[in-house]
Amino acid sequence: MRFRLTDDQRALRDGMRQLLARHFDGAALRAAAEGPARLDRELWRALGDAGFFALRLPEAEGGVGLGLPEAVLVFEEAGRVLLPGPLAATHLAAGAVPGAATGETVVTAVDGGLVEWPAQADVVRGDATGAVPMRSLDPLTPLHRVPGGTAAQPDPVAVLLTAAEQLGTAARVCELAVQHARAREQFGRPVGSFQAVAHLCAGMLVRSETARAAVYAAAVTADPVDIAAARLLADEAAVRGARDCLQVHGGMGFTWESEVHLHLKRAWVRTQRAGGITESEEALAAALATGAA
Amino acid sequence: MDLSDTPEEEEFRARLREWLAKTLPGLPPEPSPDDWPGRRAYDLGWQRRLHDAGYADVHWDASPTTRLIFLEETEQAGAPYVGAGFVGLLHAGPTIAAEGTDEQRARWLPPILRGEEVWCQGFSEPDAGSDLAALRTRARRDGDDYVVTGSKIWTSHAEVADWCELLVRTDPEAPRHRGITWLALPMDAPGITVRPLRTLAGSAEFAEVFLDEVRVPVANRVGDENDGWRVTMVTLSFERGTAFAGEVVACRRVLGELAVEARENGRWDDPVLRRRLGRLNAEFRALWRLTQWNVSAAQASGGVPGVGGSVFKLRYSHARQELYDAAAEVLGADCLDLDRPWTLDRLSSLSYTIAAGTSQIQHSIIAERILGLPKGR
Repeated sequence: MRFRLTDDQRALRDGMRQLLARHFDGAALRAAAEGPARLDRELWRALGDAGFFALRLPEAEGGVGLGLPEAVLVFEEAGRVLLPGPLAATHLAAGAVPGAATGETVVTAVDGGLVEWPAQADVVRGDATGAVPMRSLDPLTPLHRVPGGTAAQPDPVAVLLTAAEQLGTAARVCELAVQHARAREQFGRPVGSFQAVAHLCAGMLVRSETARAAVYAAAVTADPVDIAAARLLADEAAVRGARDCLQVHGGMGFTWESEVHLHLKRAWVRTQRAGGITESEEALAAALATGAA
Repeated sequence: MDLSDTPEEEEFRARLREWLAKTLPGLPPEPSPDDWPGRRAYDLGWQRRLHDAGYADVHWDASPTTRLIFLEETEQAGAPYVGAGFVGLLHAGPTIAAEGTDEQRARWLPPILRGEEVWCQGFSEPDAGSDLAALRTRARRDGDDYVVTGSKIWTSHAEVADWCELLVRTDPEAPRHRGITWLALPMDAPGITVRPLRTLAGSAEFAEVFLDEVRVPVANRVGDENDGWRVTMVTLSFERGTAFAGEVVACRRVLGELAVEARENGRWDDPVLRRRLGRLNAEFRALWRLTQWNVSAAQASGGVPGVGGSVFKLRYSHARQELYDAAAEVLGADCLDLDRPWTLDRLSSLSYTIAAGTSQIQHSIIAERILGLPKGR
């Protein structure tokens, strides 16, 4: 057992983090939240060049030939910076929809009763007939409601990639909270020296690191029950982490100017993806009952 | 990231499995929980069998991944716990191995490994719990002896122990971390009184140990005088690595049993309960993965458990309490019946967020040592 990142995996993660820092930093994130949601096609192609979408496609088909663990690492990085766009849908379309693998074609997919980015994407997979736009809670995720929706079983890989994005958010909001708690002074000292604040931050780390173990392990086993577990832990780590981060930021956390709300809103959007939390809980309960715990 | 066994790990697992299958049916019946001499004999007998089969030092000499396989396989096979051997094998033994002289290692380690001597721990005091460095038990040098007076609390197996790893204050004037010394106290020395401590679960799992002018040879000191705090930290780091790995395996088995019970008594039809158990399944699966993650990190760093142990300990102790709260919901009114094993386990689980560093202390450790937040009180 060597349940840790290999040197290659570390290099892949670091490379993706650097690429995203160049193309989509904090200023770009806040700017994107100001205007109407748009897709940065140049960034999308840069992601394609870096192998983000073709990562799991065999080399013989022009892909990178890597596996789910590597995909989870790059999606975690995308989640950290709140990279906008139907990333998982395009990644899953690589090899099936021409241009998806290179980032030339942006692909979205109907997911339950929702579809993200249908107006901006080039291809919509699934039946989006009669889709109606809603005023999306997340300024960086345009959403349409799909009447009737699709009851089909969600692709476990899509569930896992979303969980990886949640993990990125969970880790990022913990960092933001810690940065703020060290810098912000009240009563003559950093608020992070108060146990009540410090313990909130520690709790965020406990949730994100537990979720990390679950998400990475599910990427290794690709077992649907492991994926359901990873999903529950990652959703919890992201949503509760973003809320606690907001709390640590105090009044600033309630402003539009601070990026904290964007993390919480995206985490909420992701919890609605790929089957409900209830389904994941039921899948885990069913596994207990069949002795496959 | 690789979760599969290496060829060596696979071989170790297969050999251990085979040995367990052959050995466990021949074990004597388990003694009752209140039968201390019986438990001592049973636990030492198990250690003797491990020793004879070549597994004696798995707790401190084997690599972290090998140790994890050992804990996983013995738990799954229903093998006995380390029991009375706990302090010797997991605290005192590793400390002596790391910090003792050749003579001390030769005197104390073989009897621990062969299952001949039991150790207990004299660290905590009535006024030194989470703040262990506040300990006041005093040791005064008198010729070739220390003369020790004070009291210790939360000492397991004190009634049947041969030795106690004892922390004493040798320099009351020094800064509090610098005046502490680590001694091996023979439990048959004159001046020792052991009083059982009854816990809320009704049993006497622990004891108080009172020391009145007890003479301990200077030769029983491990490490230098006043260097006991550092020596102790070597010991404590062993506790936060794989210490709970077997328990996570056991909790996952209990969860499966809860599902069976709930199906039999009809409560499985309640979707709220069912999802609660599903969520606990996710929790304990994740805790097992976190154990594997921490053990792999320890393996890569040459066996040193990292601060990740605090993250695990915090999460696990709460998850264990939630598990037995869920068990109570499955049992309904039967959760009040002490003859149902889960009832006692639920009571015992209450100690998990307190023992070995309270959850509040663990939060502070994480905030200061991992997140780098300023020290606060």
